[in-house]
Amino acid sequence: MLDDFLIRAGLAGLAVGLAAGPLGCFVVWRRMAYFGDAVAHAAILGVAISLGFGISVNIGILATSIIMGLGVLNLTGKGLAADSILGVLAHSALAAGLVAASLLQGVRIDLTTYLFGDILAVSVMDIWIVWGGGLVVVALLVWRWQSLLTSTLSPDLAHASGLSPKVESYILTLCLAIVVAMSIKIVGALLIAALLIIPAAAARNISSTPERMAFIASALGAGATIIGLWASFQFDTPSGPSIVCAAAGLFALCALIGRTR
Amino acid sequence: MSQMPMTQTRLIDAQNLSVTVGNHAALRHVDFHIDAGEIVTVVGPNGSGKSTLLRALIGALPLTDGQIRTTDGLTIGYVPQALSIDNSLPLTVGRFLSLPKRFPSDAIREALEACGVSDLENRQMTALSGGQFQRVLLARAVLVKPQLLILDEPTTGLDQSGSAAFYRQIEHLRQTLGCAVLMVSHELHVVMSASDRVICLNGHVCCHGTPAIVASAPEYRALFGSGTQGALALYRHDHDHNHDHHGHDHA
Repeated sequence: MLDDFLIRAGLAGLAVGLAAGPLGCFVVWRRMAYFGDAVAHAAILGVAISLGFGISVNIGILATSIIMGLGVLNLTGKGLAADSILGVLAHSALAAGLVAASLLQGVRIDLTTYLFGDILAVSVMDIWIVWGGGLVVVALLVWRWQSLLTSTLSPDLAHASGLSPKVESYILTLCLAIVVAMSIKIVGALLIAALLIIPAAAARNISSTPERMAFIASALGAGATIIGLWASFQFDTPSGPSIVCAAAGLFALCALIGRTR
Repeated sequence: MSQMPMTQTRLIDAQNLSVTVGNHAALRHVDFHIDAGEIVTVVGPNGSGKSTLLRALIGALPLTDGQIRTTDGLTIGYVPQALSIDNSLPLTVGRFLSLPKRFPSDAIREALEACGVSDLENRQMTALSGGQFQRVLLARAVLVKPQLLILDEPTTGLDQSGSAAFYRQIEHLRQTLGCAVLMVSHELHVVMSASDRVICLNGHVCCHGTPAIVASAPEYRALFGSGTQGALALYRHDHDHNHDHHGHDHA
């Protein structure tokens, strides 16, 4: 049954949606949307580097995403405004990745797979990687939940309770890098941030506690990937944009429900 | 923060603290200590490093020099000067009080009641008035049964009667919890009537001691000028008043 590429993509997409939901809540609460973009764009550079040096693409993406995340974390608050630094790093990484990919001799890569996602590209191995990564992300978020929430609310309150907001930022950066690495084949580097933000923003309309918002975001993320993948198959459209369109539809629905309550 | 064996009652002992924020030396060689049960107030003009001192003491700012020693397992209840909660974060009052440590709901109700804001448990944090918000912050701080309550201008945004009520609440909590209180305040009359010790800060410690000593210090007068006359008079009045009562008791 796993031979069927649509089922493979569906299984992988489910894990992506489930993990992106709660992580996306933190991206929304901490106003890290652009940060997510920067990490995702660095993934293209990771793809080029991995192919150039002949290492696993997943490892290459994970490494460049982590390096990008740490770079942004350590450069912000030192002179330039955060969004300017992110703008410099995100677009530079994307551009450098595209240039490097075009310079690769002898290796033919279909960049659209990595930019917009491609359900045909999901292998059985990918399913294991995506579920493994997704479980690690959810486990990290559950484990650090109380500290992450406190640090998000106010770093000072976290310090006064003996926590380290810096450690929590590193954990979120790691989670972000994992989600980018595992979802790039399905959603594509250009739209991963959308899959983080849209389900979380949709869930905000119908949630009264952070836990409920994370839970609903997770369900919406999973729903959007399944609907999007089905549409991608049905109408022969790229999978990433299809998933994001489905998420946008769910957002509109939730906004409507939120209004009428 | 390192820990050391010290006398039972000394909660924090900080020596020679220097903190640089950006390129600005916000604190220079500040010595500070607070003992169990004391009320210590930090006064000083805007930008004198009052908040910086509190934030350095809770470990939120790196020290460029000096050291902070705290008693073993010191629990701190911290009420920040301002806390803006992003509207994207749905958070009820009850949930806020359970961060980062979870508390049973009757403990939460009790804390809210002790701070004069019962029945707010299920309200969204973003829907509270300024006064309610400050009291909820206070409730969260007392929930951990702190040995030390740290308040950074807790009455910012409250009107005069609101802030007077708030300070009475703090005084009451100090008595019921038996905790020490360290606060920054702009309201000099509060400082002068309610504190055991006052620290006058202007990047460095200008002067410190009992309210009476600080109020008569030339450094303090230089900083606050004639505006302090009212506060001073009020303090002296309170002070005389207490003496009268003592007289009566003895007679």
